[in-house]
Amino acid sequence: MSLTLEDVARIALLSRIELSAAERASTRDQLNGILGFIEQLQAVDTTGIEPMAHAVDVVQRLRPDTVTETDRRAEFQAVAPETEAGLYLVPRVVE
Amino acid sequence: MTRNVQWEVVIGLEPHAQLQTKSKIFSGSSIAFGAEPNVQANAVDIALPGVLPVLNREAVVCAIKFGLAVGATIAPRSVFARKNYFYPDLPKGYQISQFEVPVVSGGGLNIRIGSGDTATEKFVRLTRAHLEEDAGKSLHEDFHGRTGIDLNRAGTPLLEIVTEPDMCSSAEAVAYAKALHALVQWIGICDGNMQEGSFRCDANVSVRRPGEPLGTRREIKNLNSFRFMQQAIDFEVQWQINEIEEGRAIRQATVLFDPATGETRSMRSKEDAHDYRYFPDPDLLPLEIRQDWIAEVRSGLPELPQAMQQRFATEFGLSSYDAAMLTATRATAKFFEEAVAATGKGAGSAKLCANWIMGELAARLNKADMPIEASPVSAAQLAGIIRRIADNTISSKIAKDVFEVLWAGDGKDADAVIEARGWKQITDTGAIEALVDEVLAANQKSVEEFRAGKEKAFNALVGQAMKATRGKANPQQVTDLLKQKLGG
Repeated sequence: MSLTLEDVARIALLSRIELSAAERASTRDQLNGILGFIEQLQAVDTTGIEPMAHAVDVVQRLRPDTVTETDRRAEFQAVAPETEAGLYLVPRVVE
Repeated sequence: MTRNVQWEVVIGLEPHAQLQTKSKIFSGSSIAFGAEPNVQANAVDIALPGVLPVLNREAVVCAIKFGLAVGATIAPRSVFARKNYFYPDLPKGYQISQFEVPVVSGGGLNIRIGSGDTATEKFVRLTRAHLEEDAGKSLHEDFHGRTGIDLNRAGTPLLEIVTEPDMCSSAEAVAYAKALHALVQWIGICDGNMQEGSFRCDANVSVRRPGEPLGTRREIKNLNSFRFMQQAIDFEVQWQINEIEEGRAIRQATVLFDPATGETRSMRSKEDAHDYRYFPDPDLLPLEIRQDWIAEVRSGLPELPQAMQQRFATEFGLSSYDAAMLTATRATAKFFEEAVAATGKGAGSAKLCANWIMGELAARLNKADMPIEASPVSAAQLAGIIRRIADNTISSKIAKDVFEVLWAGDGKDADAVIEARGWKQITDTGAIEALVDEVLAANQKSVEEFRAGKEKAFNALVGQAMKATRGKANPQQVTDLLKQKLGG
């Protein structure tokens, strides 16, 4: 499998990453290089082997349902680009 | 194309139930409703670099409870996935959800459509239910051309419950949504508060001609009341039928319902927006649920509404409609069982309890906009009234007065009220006979009218006798004695 320049443009749009034409070409080559590695992996016969969800075969540890966090809004908002009335402000998003 | 072609409506629902935990699904922030913006949004919720999600055990317990309640399969191993979308209400750039292996799959719910004797039943199959996190809120009000983001809700645990496309009318969809809404509250996993968004539904709607394959569906998002759900589906169905009849094809879309106009309208969203590029979240390991954990949760489950409904019907001889009404909420069922227990096993006392709870009590609670848990008349007090109706101490009419007094808080129980107000029914035959004689003597005109064949005059005499005792005479005895004397 290999990606076209159009594929790269679409993935960039979905990821909200702006790529110049030159970057698009180099990104395509890099991604295709990664897909090449994956093709090598896919050459291994995995018939009958259950896919793993994670590289480490351990299971999720669970947390007791207790509130452990306190209000640190002031600290977080001190480093936010823009805030008002306790809200984080972002460029207008309209559906 | 003729206008009278029959159309089949196909509806599937995807309600989101907010789980009743104290903290978020992947962080230790509180999920209490109504806090100041962003004071319940910590480093994990606002997606600062380097943070890791840790799954809340209680959220998993809620999912297991739900799976057991609907007879579903609980996955021994399920996987969390990233649903990628770029929107500031989840600053990570993805929502943690479940995709290929959800925690709950299969099962279903029996629903009742309509009321009384004309009600029909239907089994709605569930596809799956999965755990996920809620997003924050975007406020599009005037922040000088910018959008305000409140991330308190981000990370709140949700169970998304997906049905098969088994419903074929807005009435069925609403009946299902109501049954599910009642069930999640019954098993204590969701508070069901629709105003606060704790229970909200997406509805997938399509139409087709009988025998044809499924039509293209449109998804109505975020219906937060049963009335809106009904209106939105009815509008959407008619809109789709019109489109097709006018020769246009339906395009898959996400639509919003506008309560002000009663219309659904398509959201302007890019065609690519639904490419969520799901993949297993490497921050979270597979969730393992062992049989012993499921057994432990099962042992803590209350008797389920359907089972209780059947028991009420067989144990107390109630109609299936009455049994369904009394198991509408756990609190109603509890009230009924307490009242029956306190009444004692007299013949018909369960039926009397049922009638009073669905009649007088329901009407008063409704008028006062109160849940049954807050009823000023307790189950024991209601049982006290019913005992005195059953043993003929008071008539049903006086019983209503006793109920009013107890509702107003003027007495500790029925017996005290009856005693204090002298409302004991007169059942002494001698006393009633004397009274009947007095009434006959004082109402000769009515007596003559009755003898002349006017049936109404008899009722007037009964009324006079009841009035003379301020309703305390046993009406049956009064009627019998009057008949006896007039007939003789």
